Amino acid sequence: MIDYEKLVSPVVNNLPPSGIRRFFDMAAEMEDTISLGVGEPDFVTPWTIREAGIYSLECGQTYYTANAGLLPLRQEICNYYKRHYDLDYNAKDNVLVTVGGSEAIDLMIRCVVNEGDEVLIPEPCFVCYKPCTVMAGGVPVSIETKEEDNFRLLPEQLKAKITDKTKLLILPYPNNPTGGVMSKADLEAIAEVLKGTDILVLSDEIYGELRYGDEGHTPFSKIDDMWERTVVVNGFSKAYAMTGWRLGYALGPKKIIKLMTKVHQYGIMSSPTTSQFAAIEALKTCDDEIKKMCSEYNYRRRYIVDGFREMGLSCFEPLGAFYVFPSIKSTGMTSEEFCQKLLEEEHVAVVPGTAFGESGEGFIRCSYAYSIENIQEALKRIEKFVSRHKDKGGK
Amino acid sequence: MNEILKILDNENGKVSRTRIAQMLGIDKSEVDEKIEELEKQHIIVGYKTIVNWEKTDREVVDALIELKITPQRGEGFDKVARRIYKYPQVKSLFLMSGAYDLAVMIEGKTMREVALFVAQKLAPMESIMSTATHFVLKKYKEEGIVFEDDEKDTRQVITL
Repeated sequence: MIDYEKLVSPVVNNLPPSGIRRFFDMAAEMEDTISLGVGEPDFVTPWTIREAGIYSLECGQTYYTANAGLLPLRQEICNYYKRHYDLDYNAKDNVLVTVGGSEAIDLMIRCVVNEGDEVLIPEPCFVCYKPCTVMAGGVPVSIETKEEDNFRLLPEQLKAKITDKTKLLILPYPNNPTGGVMSKADLEAIAEVLKGTDILVLSDEIYGELRYGDEGHTPFSKIDDMWERTVVVNGFSKAYAMTGWRLGYALGPKKIIKLMTKVHQYGIMSSPTTSQFAAIEALKTCDDEIKKMCSEYNYRRRYIVDGFREMGLSCFEPLGAFYVFPSIKSTGMTSEEFCQKLLEEEHVAVVPGTAFGESGEGFIRCSYAYSIENIQEALKRIEKFVSRHKDKGGK
Repeated sequence: MNEILKILDNENGKVSRTRIAQMLGIDKSEVDEKIEELEKQHIIVGYKTIVNWEKTDREVVDALIELKITPQRGEGFDKVARRIYKYPQVKSLFLMSGAYDLAVMIEGKTMREVALFVAQKLAPMESIMSTATHFVLKKYKEEGIVFEDDEKDTRQVITL
């Protein structure tokens, strides 16, 4: 008998997922569950994009592409950043097309983090930064963002965590799970702290197109002097409702993109060709389509925030992505308890805030990438649940 | 105003005013006021339920009639159009560019009933030069709504 425990990599063996997996499996098995638990759009990819993918197959475009991605696609990505943000990236040197934004995140971390380097990670946040850092031999350093600060990263919080080992800052905004955003002024304050240091920045802007309120999204590389230290990660999953196509990209300085392309070449070869052809169509023709979906999310966002506030849960106003992050502290339950009981008693699936770091304790993540009817039914059940448990003497 | 119209259009017009107010982050009284205004100005011209009659036992036949018209001096096509749309059988009426002038959507109980309507009411009108009747065999989509049953949400229950 092989004792796998002794043979496998302890680093990987000790990575999460841990207990939370059980809860997910339970949710998946339960019947007539209403879910607000999904991190992807409910929209189907716009037809013109799907059609472009199908057409590429009809034309026999079934081969590998260049390692960094089809040049016309990289060019369209650069055009998009020029058009929307007046930012300059060169298609040949500054772009790598990856298998989803997550591959880009993994590559960037692997290419810059050395053994013992510290990586600053504002939490709550998406789950991959920490394990990627650990696998690269780095040391993840959490920075706890707070509800009263609208889950923004404050410059003094950043300053307090910088040491001579700090290599990289992750900027996960607009944020999953909180829906928090960083305004241009917020980013400038962060840039002020970074100036004069050698700290690099991985700005995960996968939700950058989903911004609500008066101020639009600002890529971190747009802030003065930040371009040369920043890799921006974006992709097609959220904005174009293309999660299943697995296509993302990284934009950054030539040297880092070159290294990332090297690792990508060995691990992946090239991103899916069909998806790349579809993505060209997305960038060329779907600016309006994005806006339409964004305004639809905005309606739902206002509706769901209102709903949580009406049932007496405090809920800060998220201005990005498609999540709300209401506080359930008033029920006296922990996040996991709340989610488990809510699932058992009302058959509603939401995600405990602790899935996104310890600082998510006391919160739940609810996605509004659902129809208004679905949201309405879920809110009704959650309200029933909350009022029942408050009556039982929850604090 | 346009935001309200967009929501009414998307949600089939059946969405409640309280919900519109929530979706736009404004007061319900403001929504009431604006919708009243839109109705008064005849920007909102009506509310209608879109029915897939095939799933009921009511027999319905739809047809598109192409009409070629001699326009009348001073009146253009409007006068004859008015005479046509007054028939309750006429569901829609459009003035078209191209090979014919008026497109009339007719609803009747049987093909014979529709054909008779065309022969007895439309064709004899003085300014109508010719008619061509096309019967609808199957409706796939109407007013932006697909008639086939909704596709199920096939996403995972939870993803991070």
